[in-house]
Amino acid sequence: MKQIKLDSIQSLFKALSATRTLYLPVDTPAGADFKKYEDGVLWSGALNPNRSAKDFFFPQTENMVDFKVEGKTIEIIEPTRPDEDFVVFGVRACDARSFELLDKVFLCDPVDTYYQNRREHGVIVTVCCNKPAETCFCTNFGIDPTAPGGDVACWQDDDTLYLQANTKAGEALLNSVADVLAEADDSAADSVKETVKAIMAKLPIQNLDLSAFTEDNLLNLFGSEQWKKLSEACLGCGTCTFVCPTCQCYDIKDFDTGHGIKRFRCWDSCMYSEFTRCAHGNPRLSQVERFRQRFMHKLVYFPANNNGDFSCVGCGRCLAKCPISMNIVKVIKALGGANK
Amino acid sequence: MSVQETLIPKLGVVTDVRIDTPDVKTFRVNALDGGKVFDHMPGQCAMLSIPGVGEAMFSITSSPTNTEFMEFSIKKCGCLTNWLHQMEEGQQITIRGPYGNGFPVETEFKGKDMVFVAGGIGLAPLRSVINYVRDNRQNYGTVDIVYGSRSMEDLVDYKEIIDVWCKEEGINVYLTIDREQEGWDGHVGFVPNYVKELGFDTNKTVIICGPPIMIKFTLAGLIELGFDKTQVYTTMELKMKCGVGKCGRCNIGAKYVCKDGPVFRCDQLDEMPNEY
Amino acid sequence: MQEAMIKRAKELLTDGTVNRVLGWQKGGVAYDATPAVFDSAEALEQGFVYDDFTAANLSKYLVKETKNEGKVLVFLKPCDTYSLNQLTKEHRVNRDNVYVIGVGCDGKADVEKLRAQGMDGILGITAEGDNFVVETLYGNKTVAKADVLAERCVVCKSRKLMTYDEILGEDGEVIDSNRFDMVEQLENMTSDQRYAFWQNELSRCIRCNACRNVCPACTCEKCVFDNVNSGVANTAAADSFEEKLFHVIRAFHVAGRCTDCGECSRVCPQGIPLHLLNRKFIKDINELYGEYQAGEDTDSRGPLTNFTYDDCEPSIVHERGVE
Repeated sequence: MKQIKLDSIQSLFKALSATRTLYLPVDTPAGADFKKYEDGVLWSGALNPNRSAKDFFFPQTENMVDFKVEGKTIEIIEPTRPDEDFVVFGVRACDARSFELLDKVFLCDPVDTYYQNRREHGVIVTVCCNKPAETCFCTNFGIDPTAPGGDVACWQDDDTLYLQANTKAGEALLNSVADVLAEADDSAADSVKETVKAIMAKLPIQNLDLSAFTEDNLLNLFGSEQWKKLSEACLGCGTCTFVCPTCQCYDIKDFDTGHGIKRFRCWDSCMYSEFTRCAHGNPRLSQVERFRQRFMHKLVYFPANNNGDFSCVGCGRCLAKCPISMNIVKVIKALGGANK
Repeated sequence: MSVQETLIPKLGVVTDVRIDTPDVKTFRVNALDGGKVFDHMPGQCAMLSIPGVGEAMFSITSSPTNTEFMEFSIKKCGCLTNWLHQMEEGQQITIRGPYGNGFPVETEFKGKDMVFVAGGIGLAPLRSVINYVRDNRQNYGTVDIVYGSRSMEDLVDYKEIIDVWCKEEGINVYLTIDREQEGWDGHVGFVPNYVKELGFDTNKTVIICGPPIMIKFTLAGLIELGFDKTQVYTTMELKMKCGVGKCGRCNIGAKYVCKDGPVFRCDQLDEMPNEY
Repeated sequence: MQEAMIKRAKELLTDGTVNRVLGWQKGGVAYDATPAVFDSAEALEQGFVYDDFTAANLSKYLVKETKNEGKVLVFLKPCDTYSLNQLTKEHRVNRDNVYVIGVGCDGKADVEKLRAQGMDGILGITAEGDNFVVETLYGNKTVAKADVLAERCVVCKSRKLMTYDEILGEDGEVIDSNRFDMVEQLENMTSDQRYAFWQNELSRCIRCNACRNVCPACTCEKCVFDNVNSGVANTAAADSFEEKLFHVIRAFHVAGRCTDCGECSRVCPQGIPLHLLNRKFIKDINELYGEYQAGEDTDSRGPLTNFTYDDCEPSIVHERGVE
């Protein structure tokens, strides 16, 4: 294990950003956001940025391919893929886990090479949560915030940051900044972990009953009377989807730049009325069906296709951000126990 | 295979345009240097696009046994298809695929007596299987084709049906249109009723494709006749973007139509939510 | 107040005046109430909540609700009644199908402001006089209500109920508020500064459409940004120019109809002060067409849909564009 004093953490950021781009959470008047590190930029103490870290591998919009159209002929121009090596510092355990879930979608055959390319260029440095919020419920999905994962995991006490490499890429990263780091005892972060565990034990959203969300129970849950009430006030906006670290549905669109056609993909939301609309109609005509789809996907469909793993990491962003305060926890509580 | 190769399309060129009905045209597509852009199995689909207009999934209507070109029968019903209908020979388009599972022609269908039931543009995906079966005649039993549409003019592939299928030994073609019409001396009535009237032998394998309501009533009729759902196949269509089960919009329950379908056996549909 | 509301709602349900109640359903934590329809006394008793955090403007739900059978009871704060009037004026809501209980209001709290004051891990919030006692994972804290009021309430334009069938609590007065101060600050910037300001704010937009979907002035059956045939439909902007246009077009579309209820900024997950765009329009309309407050009544003609000889001339655009 390595360590560095927090009052000299800028030297770590400088060293990290010397050979690659460093992104880290930075405070803004409207909450924290991941920003590129430059001299003098301060690391935010916020628990989590507004937006999840999925942007680094699955950006909101991404150019896929360009076309030149002339008369009846078309030319296909493959885009240059980003080849910038980067480090994302300050990722929490929930977001780190979300990468594993996104990997299941994008890296299974056939591999999504846009995503894969970004994954291969990025190194993840996680930091153990010091001040979990009331909206946190990651432990329900088997996530341990005191073992936050990523390529390098960090723990922070009052004056020191402890760093531990988890992967070869993490080791290489720590070696590359070895000059600014000091050795630490492997048990140096233990007291931090104990403190955080004690806080976690007091979180209000614990022991959610997820036992009803099984593939066998799919049709029962789908047909539940409760969806109508749960979705009653849903505005049909995409807030929950877009702040969610595991939501990965996307749209593919063409844009006429005036110099050619740019085909890009962008985040899309199953909450939107047009999501499934096609020439012969729309299988999800009302918000009840769209709302149901989002939660069925996270709690039943995704697990059915991925060895029972739920597509939720309990980061709590949707709890904090939903305009009408409807969220996955309320859905789990409504459907979890009753429909077994 | 990777998405890099599938999300980035290839180029094709339209080498023939056939007007089938007032709103259906069949387009022949070749690679720029001739031949086919890729191989496929019956029932599989491809993403066709005009850059700047849009991209959409279409079933490949030609049989894999056709080694010279691919064909797509496309009904005019939206922005992209309107554009496609204005295409002339020589127009380049982008194409990617093949997508989906296709019909189990080399496994479950082998040695079976086949009944094809189609309505309107629903013949497009079935034509691929029908011609595949015709070209591998020794592998399959009898072939019955029930095909109906609103009117005579709306029968897709009418020429091929009359000149080729009707004349072939071992193939029975039953055509029907919804309402009486001058110049039509064939059967009049809806497809589901016609299927019941014809009353096929219940050990045959049935493939249905057409409007959802037609599929629903035909299936109900077949069950009445004594068919089991495991003998009946259909092919689905939902909005698709990626074609490889990642963009998340063509799911029915935990299944993606683009990847796990579009072909489903009707007993499988029972295990899926009714959301299509 | 909550008890009085439940009591009155039960009476109106029982005597058949209404057959359901639009209010707020209690959440899991202290601040996460959800708009909901209650159809029985039991449901009201179990879940109805009204407190300093029930901030959602319920008037837009009436577009859907008044299409249903029977009369619906709704609780509206003063600012929400402006929205209802405007919706009534635009024939989006059938006022005859609504029974409005106007609720006196002295401002709603913004949980983000609590968090900004260092209140992490909020477990419970109790109102005690002018203060909130906040129970958190990290100990109990006390904060003055006035310090955590939502921005829109700090600059509240009116505590007067514009439409109601009866009142609970105290009706207030129209307030000579300083709500245009920030707009003035923006006006006093150079165009480069102003551009930089909006560039910074709008670059955070994730196009979740929450501002549009919550907006009582956005009631088009099909929004142009959803209509694939419009040519501008998009789930995300293709470039940063388009991104800004979404908000600019929306602001233009609600100009003269926006009551300044502030829901757009309340729901924005990215904390973009969208209300400033609308307030700029309101301020301009006041200056160019005479004082006007959308939602004050249900029958006057809107300033941008009405012609008078006093209207400003088109040349105003040029004159005002000169720095």
